[in-house]
Amino acid sequence: MAETMRADAGRSRGPKASKDELLGYYRQMLLIRRFEERAGQLYGMGLIGGFCHLYIGQEAVVIGMQAAMAEGDQVITGYRDHGHMLACGMEANGVMAELTGRSGGYSRGKGGSMHMFSREKNFFGGHGIVGAQVSLGTGIAFANKYRKNDAVCVAYFGDGAANQGQVYESFNMASLWKLPVVYIVENNQYAMGTAVQRSSSETHLYKRGVSFNIPGEEVDGMDVVAVREAGRKALARARKGDGPTLLEMKTYRYRGHSMSDPAKYRTREEVDEVKAHRDPIDHVKALLIELGHADEEALKEIDRDIRAIVTASAEFAQQSPEPDAGELMTDILVGA
Amino acid sequence: MSLQILMPALSPTMEEGNLAKWLVKEGDAIAPGQIIAEIETDKATMEVEAVDEGVIEALLVPEGAQGVKVNTPIAELRNDDTASPSPLRGGSAAEPPGRGADVTSADSPPVAKTDPSPARPPPPTPSPQGGGGLSADPEIPAGTQMVKITVRDALRDAMAEEMRRDRDVFVIGEEVAQYQGAYKVTRGLLEEFGSDRVVDTPITEHGFAGLGAGAAMAGLKPVVEFMTFNFAMQAIDHIINSSAKTLYMSGGQITNPIVFRGPNGAASRVAAQHSQDYSSWYAHVPGLIVIAPYDAADAKGLLKAAIRNPNPVVFLEHEMLYGTEFEIPDVPDWIVPIGKAKVRRVGRDVTITAHARMVGFALKAAELLAADGIDAEVIDLRTLRPLDTATVIESVKKTSRLVTAEEGWGRMGVGAEICAAVVAEAFDYLDAPPTRVHQIDSPLAYAANLEKLAMPNETNIVEAVKAVCYRR
Repeated sequence: MAETMRADAGRSRGPKASKDELLGYYRQMLLIRRFEERAGQLYGMGLIGGFCHLYIGQEAVVIGMQAAMAEGDQVITGYRDHGHMLACGMEANGVMAELTGRSGGYSRGKGGSMHMFSREKNFFGGHGIVGAQVSLGTGIAFANKYRKNDAVCVAYFGDGAANQGQVYESFNMASLWKLPVVYIVENNQYAMGTAVQRSSSETHLYKRGVSFNIPGEEVDGMDVVAVREAGRKALARARKGDGPTLLEMKTYRYRGHSMSDPAKYRTREEVDEVKAHRDPIDHVKALLIELGHADEEALKEIDRDIRAIVTASAEFAQQSPEPDAGELMTDILVGA
Repeated sequence: MSLQILMPALSPTMEEGNLAKWLVKEGDAIAPGQIIAEIETDKATMEVEAVDEGVIEALLVPEGAQGVKVNTPIAELRNDDTASPSPLRGGSAAEPPGRGADVTSADSPPVAKTDPSPARPPPPTPSPQGGGGLSADPEIPAGTQMVKITVRDALRDAMAEEMRRDRDVFVIGEEVAQYQGAYKVTRGLLEEFGSDRVVDTPITEHGFAGLGAGAAMAGLKPVVEFMTFNFAMQAIDHIINSSAKTLYMSGGQITNPIVFRGPNGAASRVAAQHSQDYSSWYAHVPGLIVIAPYDAADAKGLLKAAIRNPNPVVFLEHEMLYGTEFEIPDVPDWIVPIGKAKVRRVGRDVTITAHARMVGFALKAAELLAADGIDAEVIDLRTLRPLDTATVIESVKKTSRLVTAEEGWGRMGVGAEICAAVVAEAFDYLDAPPTRVHQIDSPLAYAANLEKLAMPNETNIVEAVKAVCYRR
């Protein structure tokens, strides 16, 4: 926790964002928040099965990064992926219907919460094996360099995955070959129930690239504009052919690791403290009002829009039929 | 006294080599550690150091000599220090002459000596090809010219041809570029295609397998070489969880056109961690294609098909076959279809299934059985997933007897799968319980005698066939 607070120091004093930008970030972050709240509700109703990892609290990370990315850049992440998909522009309906395991889902009900993809939106998943997406994302960056297509892959992983060996195997190759990739550690302080200090000999995760000559930066992951600025620098560096950057986003997840988290590893007060003082959406909201970009009524209007989208997605996710039994044996091999 | 310098074995599987160059001449005094010759194997050119000091009395094998067997005396050394007659390698004149030869034969794989000849495809006679029960090959058009090529070069040619054809194809792995391949399978590719497309990796199997899978998701067609499939266990998560399952989990959106290839199975005297057959491991997994070729024509034709296939392919090669020469059709774009077994020998009395190196043993066994009046049909499975059970079942309906042969462990193995399929679909045709030949159920031992005892060979197949034929 102390680490998160320290990152707070320069908050919102840095680069400014325009009115339209801030309104956009507010809307997109709110969409993720309301979507996830509804997903939690549907899970409680038994409409979503298996594992369900909510992104609530971390919204500024993906929205800030998305604001920095260019058309054609790719995203890959782990299993806490609903926010990333919405940030990439994937439809709330398709994501929610995948959560409920319906034919209208992005993977037609065959992937679930942790495994969704959109070729169209350059979203490469959604991976359930901790750390796998780092090697895969490095491969996507390899393909970018191979094809000289000027695209950069943004590979997200958590503080838990930061202790997986393949992350460092990937760092080594990416730096050696100057691959166009940006590594984002979303440090939400807990790998399931294990606090960073209990799992990592070096808790400043942005330093984890040092022995591979990968520059690292600690970023306030609760400040969307700070994220965007750090992302812009890292993306430009990658695009220029100078190789990967490691950005450590200091963030926090409000909900449990998954829906079945007993939450014995942290106090209620700790969570409330972050919610009260560091919430990324409240932060933008305050900025909008302070700068005179919007009043309470205008923001409520956005809120109503978002609720309508989320309600419609929940409706769609329940109405969409379960996949046909014939789907069982499709998509195993191409052309088979 | 005089010592003989013997042709050294420079790798676990080397049986002979070429004496490329002498760096000393008769009458030269040499010292331990001095480089005296260059020897060329099918894998590399190596320098030979002297172990003893003395004066070269005679060079017994001339420079440029080809196919010099391991432990052949190549030079005579006069050494007056009679107190320390140590050998230059593996044996010496100080030991009984026969000793070195014994060591060599124990060193070398039990059956490799007899392996290539019976299995070699027949000469390119229009039809029917071959004799002695070897089946005509409908895949090869009548009148096709045949050329001799090693499995190693057939694999290399397959990659080179596909790389010329499609710029999205690239090769990545340990020592594939500058070193020219740990087993020389990628020899020459760096020179032709450059370092962007022939990529040396750090020793980082988990990482580069994941990188390959990611590049494939982005649309490239990687050929990922594992120095051996033993090392792929570090990467198996990406082969299965990332490559095999993503098409399904993405509802058909994300394809994975990737080939994971390299030597699989036992080499020779490299012990348990370096000697494992992964056939059944990968063949267990939906979403993968698994290929295990035997001869050069299949190695080339199936690897080309694998590279063009839009699915993840595990391509299991065999180190003990890399140096074996076979005849291969001399046609511009030789492709062998995935998923089709090949009847390599037509017979009436018993069906023997095998894949990879075991095909050679099965064909040898069939020859031995023919002398005993048993006419065996030998089926080369070639592709393990999808498995061509139809060809096997059709054969068993004719022969009524089945022996499966595989190099790996029997439990939950390829043979077990074939037996189950045959029992399910041809039960009423069987005249004897199907029988499996496989490696014994232990990690593979290092000691030469134990290794030989553990590995299946033609004798085991002959015994199993006699058992199902109720002969002795």
